[in-house]
Amino acid sequence: MSIQVLVFYLFGTILTLSALSVITVRNPVYAALFLVLAFFSSAAIWMLLEVEFLAITLVLVYVGAVMVLFLFVVMMLDVNLSRLREGFARYLPVGILVALVMAGELLLVIWTKGAEKLPLPPGNPEGFSNTTYLGERLYTEYLFPFEIAAVILLVAIVAAITLTHRGRSEGGRYQDPARQVQVTRDERVRIVSMPAVKDKENGA
Amino acid sequence: MTASDLFIALPELFILVMACLIMLIDLYLPENRRGMVSFISVLTLLFAGIMVMRWQAVDSSTAQYAFNGTFVRDRMADVLKVFCFIVLGAVFVYAKHYLRVFKLMCGEYYVLSLFLLLGAMVLISAASLLTVYLGLELISLSSYALVALNRDDRRGAEAAMKYFILGSLASGLLLYGMSMLYGVTGSLSLSDIAASVAIAGDNVMLVFALVFVVVGIAFKLGAVPFHMWVPDVYHGAPAAVTMLIGSVPKLAAFAMAIRLLDNGLVPMQGDWMAMLTVLAALSIIVGNLVAIAQTNLKRMLAYSTISHMGFLLLGVLAGTAQGYSAAMFYAITYAIMSTGAFAVLIMLSKSGIEAENLDDYKGLNQRNPLLAALMLMLMFSMAGIPVFVGFFAKWLVIQAILDVGLLWLAVVAVVFSVIGSFYYLRVVKLMYFDEPETTDKVTAPADFRFVLTVNGVAQLLMGIFANALIALCVASF
Repeated sequence: MSIQVLVFYLFGTILTLSALSVITVRNPVYAALFLVLAFFSSAAIWMLLEVEFLAITLVLVYVGAVMVLFLFVVMMLDVNLSRLREGFARYLPVGILVALVMAGELLLVIWTKGAEKLPLPPGNPEGFSNTTYLGERLYTEYLFPFEIAAVILLVAIVAAITLTHRGRSEGGRYQDPARQVQVTRDERVRIVSMPAVKDKENGA
Repeated sequence: MTASDLFIALPELFILVMACLIMLIDLYLPENRRGMVSFISVLTLLFAGIMVMRWQAVDSSTAQYAFNGTFVRDRMADVLKVFCFIVLGAVFVYAKHYLRVFKLMCGEYYVLSLFLLLGAMVLISAASLLTVYLGLELISLSSYALVALNRDDRRGAEAAMKYFILGSLASGLLLYGMSMLYGVTGSLSLSDIAASVAIAGDNVMLVFALVFVVVGIAFKLGAVPFHMWVPDVYHGAPAAVTMLIGSVPKLAAFAMAIRLLDNGLVPMQGDWMAMLTVLAALSIIVGNLVAIAQTNLKRMLAYSTISHMGFLLLGVLAGTAQGYSAAMFYAITYAIMSTGAFAVLIMLSKSGIEAENLDDYKGLNQRNPLLAALMLMLMFSMAGIPVFVGFFAKWLVIQAILDVGLLWLAVVAVVFSVIGSFYYLRVVKLMYFDEPETTDKVTAPADFRFVLTVNGVAQLLMGIFANALIALCVASF
C-alpha cells in the first residue's frame, strides 16, 4: 500500500466521520464546525488528486465565506432542539431496519456481480498548471454549461429578492443619507429651561 | 466556439436576453402598466417560435451539435420547443388575469417563467450530462420560487418548502447516478456514453447509475412512487403557477427521459424497460384510484397528472421510435389539456378565492354555457373519449406497448383509464345536471376568453385532425 493510498484512507475516514457527526451531534454550532472539517478533508483529497485550484477554492469559498455565514445564522436563530428530536426514539428502530436492509441489498448486488475496481487516475505531467487548465476548459469546451450555471445564479438572486423584498412602501424603515448629512443643530437639540425643583416625593 | 454555434442556439440566447430585458423594463414600469410585461413576454415567445421554425426550414432532419457537443438541435428539440412557446404563451395570457384578480401582479412571475422556459429549452437540447443537469436545475429553481410567489399564503410556502427539499434530494440522486456514469465511461457526452456502455456490457456500477438516473426522471415526471410532491405542490401553489408547472416542465421531463435513456443509455434498454414498467403501471393505478377520492379540483388534477405521466412512460418504455413519438404526442396534448383545465379554474375564481372545490362547478352550464362546454371538451379529452385528442394520445401509447408484446400492461392501462374517466365525468355531471349554488356572473377579459375558447376547441380539432401532429411527432424520431 503506497503512502498515497494511506493518506487517502486517512482523509477519507476523517471526512466520513465528520460528515456523520454533522448529522448526529446535538449542538448546531458543533455540527457547523464538523462541516468545516468535512470540507477541509475533501479539500485534502482533492489536493491528493493534484487539483490544487479546486481544493483552495473549496476552503476559501465554503470554509471562509459560506460556513461563516452559516454559523452566524445558527447562532442568531434560537433553534429549539427538543422539538426537532421529538419522535426520534420512536422512528429509530424502523430507520435502522431500513438502513440495514438497504446496505444489505447493496452488498448483495456487489457480492453477486463483483464490483470492478476503478483504476487510480494518472498523475499530471511536469509543469502542469491546474488553474490554467480549468480556466481554458471552462471558457472553451464548457462555455455553454458555464453560462447556464451563471443564469442559475441569476435566477437564485431574482428568486431570493422576490421572496423576501417587501418594497419600500410597506412601512419599512430606511435612511436618507442626504438628509442625515444636512442635519443642523436646531433639528436635533432642543434647549428646555427647567426650573430647579427639589424632589421630595421620590425619597431622594 | 464559432458564430455557427451561436446561430444554432439563437432561440435560447434570445429568450435569455429578453428575460433580462423584461426584468429591467419591469423595474421602470408604474404599477398600473404591468400588463406591458405580459405583452412583451408573449411577443418574445412569438419571435422565439419564428426563429425556431425559420431555421427548421433551412435544415430539416440531421442533428446539429454546438458548443463542443454539449448542445444539440434536432427535429425533436425543435418541435418540443415550439410547443413550449405555444403553451407558455397561453399560460401568460391566463396568468395575467389571475395575477390581477389575486393582486399578485409582478414582473417576477414573467421573468422566472422565462428562465424556466430557458431551462426547459436547455434540457430539451441537451447532449451532455452537464447540460441535462443544469437545464433541470434552472427549471427547478425557478419553479420553487414561483410556487412560493404568494408569500402571505401559508399553503404556498409549505408546498414550496416540500417541493424544494424533495426536489433537491432527487437532483442529488440524479447527480450521484451521473457521477457513476462518468466514472465508468469517462465522458459527459451522451453519445460517447452510449458507445462506451455498449462496449462495457454488464457492469454493476452502470446498473447502479441507471437506477439513480431513472429515479431522477421519475421524480421530475411525478411518477409513483416518487409522486409525493405532486398533490401538495399543485394544491398549494397559486393556480397560475400550478398551470405553468403542469405544462412546460412536463415537455422538458419527457425530453430528459429521451435524452438520458435513449440517447445516452440505449444499450441498457432491457434494464430500464423493466424499471419504467413498474413506474408506469403504479402511476396509472395509484393516480386514477386516488383521484376518485378528491373533492378538490386542484388535487384531483394533480392525481390525474400522475396517471397521465404513467401513460407517457408507457410510450417511453416501449423503446421503439413508434413508442417515443407516441409519448411525445402524449406530452404535447397533455400540456395543452391541463393548461386549459386550470384556465377554467382561474376564470371561475373570484378575488382571493380559487374555485378549487368541485362544488364550485355545480350548474356551471346555467351560469356560463360556453365555459361549461369548454370544460366538457377538456374533461372528455383528459378521460380519453374518442374524437377528442386525449383518446388518440392514449391509443397511440397503448398500441406502442402492444407492439412490443406487453399485453398485460396494455390491459392495466385500459382498465384504469376507464376507472379514471369516472372522476372526469363527475365534473361534467356537476356542471350540467346540478343546480348552481350562486348566480354570480363568470367574466374574464376578452383575450382570456379568446385563448381559452381556442384551447378548448383545439381538443376537438386536434382530435379530428390528429394526423398532422402525429406525423410531426413521428418525423422527430
